Amino acid sequence: MRGPLSRADMARRAAQDIPEGAYVNLGIGLPTMISDYLPPDREIILHTENGMLGMGPVAVGDQIDPDLINAGKIPVTELPGAAYFHHADSFAMMRGGHLDICVLGAFQVSITGDLANWHTGGEGAIPAVGGAMDLAIGAKEVFVIMELFTRDGSCKLVPECTFPLTGIGCVGTVYTDYAVFTIASDGVTVVEAFGGLGVQDLEKSTGLSLRG
Amino acid sequence: MISKIIGSVAEAIADVRDGSTVMIGGFGSAGQPVELIDALLEQGAKDLTVVNNNAGNGTTGLAALLQARRVRKIICSFPRQVDSQVFDGLYRAGELELELVPQGTLAERIRAGGAGIAGFFTPTGYGTMLADGKETRRIDGRDYVLESALSADFALIKAHRGDRLGNLVYRKTARNFGPLMVGAASVAIAQVASIVEVGELDPESVVTPGIYVQRVVEVSSHTPPSTQGQ
Repeated sequence: MRGPLSRADMARRAAQDIPEGAYVNLGIGLPTMISDYLPPDREIILHTENGMLGMGPVAVGDQIDPDLINAGKIPVTELPGAAYFHHADSFAMMRGGHLDICVLGAFQVSITGDLANWHTGGEGAIPAVGGAMDLAIGAKEVFVIMELFTRDGSCKLVPECTFPLTGIGCVGTVYTDYAVFTIASDGVTVVEAFGGLGVQDLEKSTGLSLRG
Repeated sequence: MISKIIGSVAEAIADVRDGSTVMIGGFGSAGQPVELIDALLEQGAKDLTVVNNNAGNGTTGLAALLQARRVRKIICSFPRQVDSQVFDGLYRAGELELELVPQGTLAERIRAGGAGIAGFFTPTGYGTMLADGKETRRIDGRDYVLESALSADFALIKAHRGDRLGNLVYRKTARNFGPLMVGAASVAIAQVASIVEVGELDPESVVTPGIYVQRVVEVSSHTPPSTQGQ
């Protein structure tokens, strides 16, 4: 069940909300795609949890250096003004509230902003948390970018997460292929819907009570 | 005259014992001290507890150590990767104990281990299954989990350049856990691409002061790992 926006469109839409001067961490997968769509007229500094600010685009050809990788272990480049630091500093930046925005993928987000994105809890599934829990509670704002429905049609924006939690009440904005939602103490608001959908259409498909 | 320089990786890790706790630097393969790990494999110590961000990639380095059944327990944040088949098999067979730690908590536990801090309250993981059974506390309206320091008998790390006093500089994102692990281990062993004369490293740019490092061994990046540690 895919919505009106492609994954690239979703990344482009999320990129619009990252302001000039922001320090940003982009998670592995779809969040990483946002870096391709950051408005060129804004100076935005990317953080990678493995110890760098000022991360540049993916390295190609002669640029590839095994000592210079991103959190997904993909070779990247450095931009002028970049800085390297060790892991405790990297996570102090996060946990200490110095990062403006982090963008994460998710299995589920609850209507109170709980996040589940690290473990399915399934039989035989090997748990791997990495920096997910630190990112979820550390950045000033946490964005999630995800398809609104799973392949079998289950809504991923849920009254309560059924997968193991990554963080509690931490997600503020959710970018999906159907709509952009914000989550606050007064509920979930549809900021923008795509493909001519209205709030009532989304309420029907998600089964949630939404604000317009 | 102080000299922490050791002639070979084999000598550098010779006194690792069965049952030792060994911190191993690296994030994936960046900063992984492959030659020291290969020497440890050759040396034969077993029942090791290993602290690393990951749990081995492919079939070399840490993965080879796991494959040889030398490791009893691994403390890490991200074991599951596309090429972590060695770990996956051992874990599913119940032959390897896993302590899973959020990455920032892992880094801070190691930092604390070297800094004389017994434990700390962190907001990371609060309300999740990784905080199950741990003490929690509300401080100024926010909830925190008590996490303990980690220390080790040995740290094996990779740096870029070092001198006989143990001062180290790193290269790009290969720095990662190195500067933390050397503080948390009784014996910190750094493999470096080159050893330089004392005074050559700019004191303003030294990342790890030599006080934290007990042994420095030069490993030429042009030498294939398989010929090291003989």
